[in-house]
Amino acid sequence: MSSIKMRAKASGGVTTIKALISHPMETGTRKDKKTGKKIPAHFIQEVVCKHGDKTVMTAQWGAAISKNPYLSFKFKGGNAGDTVSLSWTDNKGNSDSADGSIS
Amino acid sequence: MTSMKRRTFLRGSIATGAVGVAVGAGLLTPQMVLAAWPGLFGSKDHTGSDQIKIKAPDIAENGAVVPISITTDLAADTISIIADKNASPLAASFILGSDTEGFVSTRIKMGKTANVIAVVKSGDKLFSTGKEVKVTIGGCGG
Repeated sequence: MSSIKMRAKASGGVTTIKALISHPMETGTRKDKKTGKKIPAHFIQEVVCKHGDKTVMTAQWGAAISKNPYLSFKFKGGNAGDTVSLSWTDNKGNSDSADGSIS
Repeated sequence: MTSMKRRTFLRGSIATGAVGVAVGAGLLTPQMVLAAWPGLFGSKDHTGSDQIKIKAPDIAENGAVVPISITTDLAADTISIIADKNASPLAASFILGSDTEGFVSTRIKMGKTANVIAVVKSGDKLFSTGKEVKVTIGGCGG
């Protein structure tokens, strides 16, 4: 199952994207209560959203973004049925992407 | 013991209250905070702007999830979110495309009561505005 849930809605010439990503977003400063060892940092560093071939938004994130991040933004243009894609990359090199269509 | 803790807690909240007053009176501006990290945006010159609006709770009961929305009427190239008391203050930086509106919304973590600062880069200029968010640990609304 994809780690990304995304909704894209066009209204009045403006497309609103809302996305939820499931990710632990570990800061690297939290300690495991059982072992007392620090949990290594594991967080999303970059999120890229494209409308067709055009990049509409690039987000550079730090560890201060909450667990299971939520993201919303708007761009002009975009018609119902257009494809938008969202992808993320974390500090361990993992990545995921999802495609959605504007409704 | 309980009363001692309470006393310490009260003192702490009075201290943060004083910071809040300082912010309200314009004594502690986002510009001053940002000047502490000149390397962050390659420039120290920030203009305070009322064209940037931060939507954030006045009191966040859970510092792990603080919803932040930033709206600006400026032609924004990038929007950055900073929580000035966090161990790594720069929480996020959004690079907007040419047709992307000046709006981003996300949720951030905050270690303690701090100013949330939004920095908007428009052309070669930097604009900023700030808002204090109180973080209560116990969630008792104090």
